[in-house]
Amino acid sequence: MTLPLLPADDDGPVFAEPWQAQAFALALSLYETGTFTWPEWAEVLGAEIDAARRRGDADPGDGYYLHWLNALEKLSVSKTGLTPTQLAERKRQWRSAYVNTPHGHPVELSAAD
Amino acid sequence: MNDETGHDHHHDHDHDHTEPPPDPALRVKALESLLIEKGLVDPAALDVFIDTYEHRVGPRNGARVVAKAWVDREYRDWLMRDATAAIASLDFVGRQGEHMSVVENTASVHNLVVCTLCSCYPWPVLGLPPAWYKSAPYRARAVADPRGVLAEFGTLLDDDVEVRVWDSTAEMRYLVLPRRPAGTEGMNEDELAGLVTRNSMIGVEHALAPGQGT
Repeated sequence: MTLPLLPADDDGPVFAEPWQAQAFALALSLYETGTFTWPEWAEVLGAEIDAARRRGDADPGDGYYLHWLNALEKLSVSKTGLTPTQLAERKRQWRSAYVNTPHGHPVELSAAD
Repeated sequence: MNDETGHDHHHDHDHDHTEPPPDPALRVKALESLLIEKGLVDPAALDVFIDTYEHRVGPRNGARVVAKAWVDREYRDWLMRDATAAIASLDFVGRQGEHMSVVENTASVHNLVVCTLCSCYPWPVLGLPPAWYKSAPYRARAVADPRGVLAEFGTLLDDDVEVRVWDSTAEMRYLVLPRRPAGTEGMNEDELAGLVTRNSMIGVEHALAPGQGT
């Protein structure tokens, strides 16, 4: 279950930003519930990183979790029936929910336009 | 789906909206909410993962700031005067670490920071907030009964200590400078940093006593 490029120190994975930890947790959660196998995950993630390298991004570095997120979206689409349109629409709704929520209140999806 | 990775700094003085997080964070939220609705991901299981890694996000170097302020009077004065610059001087990056203000605990004042429920938590300095910190009941009770909340954390204050509650806003995020524990006179900065917990920097606990540290 190892991923050679995963940003980590001696104690395990490290994350530059909170969303990276959330994306990490989502992938592990989907793996644990059998939505995809680890080889499937490694293959799709590896393909994302390879594609980035071909574009000239030699070092995944900070971009690692962007590749991770791309892989997560692709596998979610191929394995769960979600569509790219649904993902884009939901993202728009979240942005709208933030903008519509007074500061200091919990941001709920129902606040979206 | 990746149309914006930048992030504008609006520091509006009206509080009738919440600044959306950066694009990748919105994509993660979109995925997460859809997968939860489909029953493919259990939110409780996600919380367990996140709690496991809460200390693994960002540089989490608030403890270094505090330890330096304890040993270096000049740095402490700078930190109190211009926390944003003083913290940045220790190589912190990340937008939530900007626009910081430091509030200092003394023999007569204890500070407690309540977070709003959005993205205003200074995670580059503190790591991820614990789940309870973001809960509405914690926030409400911390404002209405700060001593009661502190007592639940085992933080007992003398009656004559004033408790000040600070509410993070989009413009200002707070870091508590806890009191330097007794018996630490001979300790160096690294050793002192080991006594500075996240909870002490949001004010729900004191810094650890020597021997309690990691």
